[in-house]
Amino acid sequence: MTRMAAYLKSLLLLELFQGLGLTLKYLFKPKYTLMYPMEKTPQSPRFRGVHALRRYPNGEERCIACKLCEAVCPALAITIDSEQREDGTRRTTRYDIDLFKCIYCGFCEESCPVDSIVETHVHEYHFDSRSQSVLTKPQLLAIGDRLEAEISERRAADAPFR
Amino acid sequence: MNPLMLHVVDPTRDWLLSLGTFGLLVWIVLKILAVALPVIVCVAFYVVWERKLIGWMHVRHGPMYVGMGILQAFADVFKLLFKEVVQPSVAHPVLFRLAPLIALVPALAAWAVVPFDAKVVLSNANAGLLYLLAMTSLGVYGIILAGWASNSKYAFLGAMRAAAQVVSYEIAMGFALVGVLIAAGSLNLSEIVMAQSGNAGFLEWFWVPLAPLFVVYFISGVAETNRAPFDVVEGESEIVAGHMVEYSGSQFALFFLAEYANMILVSFLTAIFFLGGWLSPFQGWGIPLLSVDGWWWLMAKVFFFASCFIWFRASFPRYRYDQIMRLGWKVFIPITIAWICVTALMAYFNVFTAGQ
Repeated sequence: MTRMAAYLKSLLLLELFQGLGLTLKYLFKPKYTLMYPMEKTPQSPRFRGVHALRRYPNGEERCIACKLCEAVCPALAITIDSEQREDGTRRTTRYDIDLFKCIYCGFCEESCPVDSIVETHVHEYHFDSRSQSVLTKPQLLAIGDRLEAEISERRAADAPFR
Repeated sequence: MNPLMLHVVDPTRDWLLSLGTFGLLVWIVLKILAVALPVIVCVAFYVVWERKLIGWMHVRHGPMYVGMGILQAFADVFKLLFKEVVQPSVAHPVLFRLAPLIALVPALAAWAVVPFDAKVVLSNANAGLLYLLAMTSLGVYGIILAGWASNSKYAFLGAMRAAAQVVSYEIAMGFALVGVLIAAGSLNLSEIVMAQSGNAGFLEWFWVPLAPLFVVYFISGVAETNRAPFDVVEGESEIVAGHMVEYSGSQFALFFLAEYANMILVSFLTAIFFLGGWLSPFQGWGIPLLSVDGWWWLMAKVFFFASCFIWFRASFPRYRYDQIMRLGWKVFIPITIAWICVTALMAYFNVFTAGQ
C-alpha cells in the first residue's frame, strides 16, 4: 500500500509541483542584490583596507622605525630600512608594503606602538601594472595625509571597545 | 478576412506571381522571412526573459544595464558575431561547418505549418503534424554531426547522449500526438485547433480529455529540446557544453538560436495541440472582448509555456542519465499507449464531437 502511494505520488509529480511552488514564491520576494556602485554595505570602523602612514598634528611622521610591524607581518609584505636623522631621531628611509603579499590581517596596525601604520577603510583601489603593487613610504604618507580625518574619526569610534 | 490581408498581402502576392519564376522565388523568400525574422527576434527577447526570470527566482535582478536589461541579448549576439570562429585542426572540415546549419534549418522550417490565427499560416499543409514530427526529429542530426565532427571526447559524449535521449522522447512525443490525432480527426494544425472550439470555454480544449498526454507531451518537449532538467546533453558540470564545446562565435550562436527556436516551437505546439491555440478560454460564454478568439490568446498561452521552460530550469536539478531513460521508456511510453487506448474508446463513444 505504501509502495502504491509512493508510486502515485511520483506519478502525479506532487513533489515537482511543490518545487515549482517554492520557486514561484521566491519570484516575488524582494531581491537581495546590492546595486554596488550606487549602493554600498555599511562598514565597520575596524574595516581593514589599504594601508596608510600617519603623522602627528604638527606634521612630524609618527613612525619610529621600530620594525615591529615588519616582524609581526605573517605574509612578509613589509620591508623597512632605517637610519638616524640629523636631529638624532630614528626614522625610516624605506617603508614598502607589497599589496600582492599583504593579507590585510591588521597585525601591523595592532603592533604599532605609535599608531603610525594603519589600515584605512578604502577597499576600492587599483593599480595599472604589476610593478605598482608595492606602496612606498611617500605613497603611504600621502594616503595618510589625505584620509587623516576619517582615520582618526574611525579610531575614536572604535576606542571604547579596545 | 482582415484589411491587412485584403489590401497589402494579397495584391503583393498577385503582383509578384505575375512576374513568373523570379517573382515566385521572391514571394517564397518573403514568406520565409515573415516567419523566420520574428522567430529570431523572439529568441533574443526570450533569452532576456529567461535571464530575468531565473534571476528573480534566484532572488537576484538579472541583466539590467544594457537598455534596462532588455537589449542584453543584442549585446550578446553582436559580441558572438564579432568573435573569431575557431575550428579545431582535427575537426572534420565540412561537417563541422555544416552541423550548426543542420541544427538550425529544421528548427526554422518547422514554423512553416504553425498556425498563428485562423487562416494565418504559411502553409496550411494537410499532413502538418507529420511534417512537424519530421522536422523536430531532424534537429538531432545537427547535434550528432556537431559532436562527431568536433573530434572531441566531450562533444562526442554529448552527441551520444543527445541521440539516445532525443530518439527516446521522440516516441513518447509521437504517441502523445497520436492521441491528439484521434481526438481531432485531422493532421492539419488549423483543424486540430478548430476541433477544440465549442461552447464550454477552456473545458473544450484537449487538455481535459487528454490530460496525461498533455503532461507527457510538454515534458517530452522539454527533453526533446535538451533543456533543464533533461540537459545532460550540455551538462555544464560534466561535459562542459556537450556538442557545442568546440564551437565559438557565430557558429555557437546558430546552435543557441536553434535551441531557443525549438523551445518556442514546442511552446507553440503545446498551446495548439492541447490548449486550443488561438481560441479564447472563455469561448462560447458570450463575454464581450474576452470571448473573442484571436492570436493574442495563442501568444498568452505560448508565453506561459515558454516561461515554464525557464521555471523548470530554475526549479529542478538535472536528471541522472539512467533516470532520463527510465522516465522516457518505462513511464511515458506506457502512459501514452494506455491513454491512446482510452482516447480511442472516447472517440468511439463520440466524446469529441463537440467542436465539429
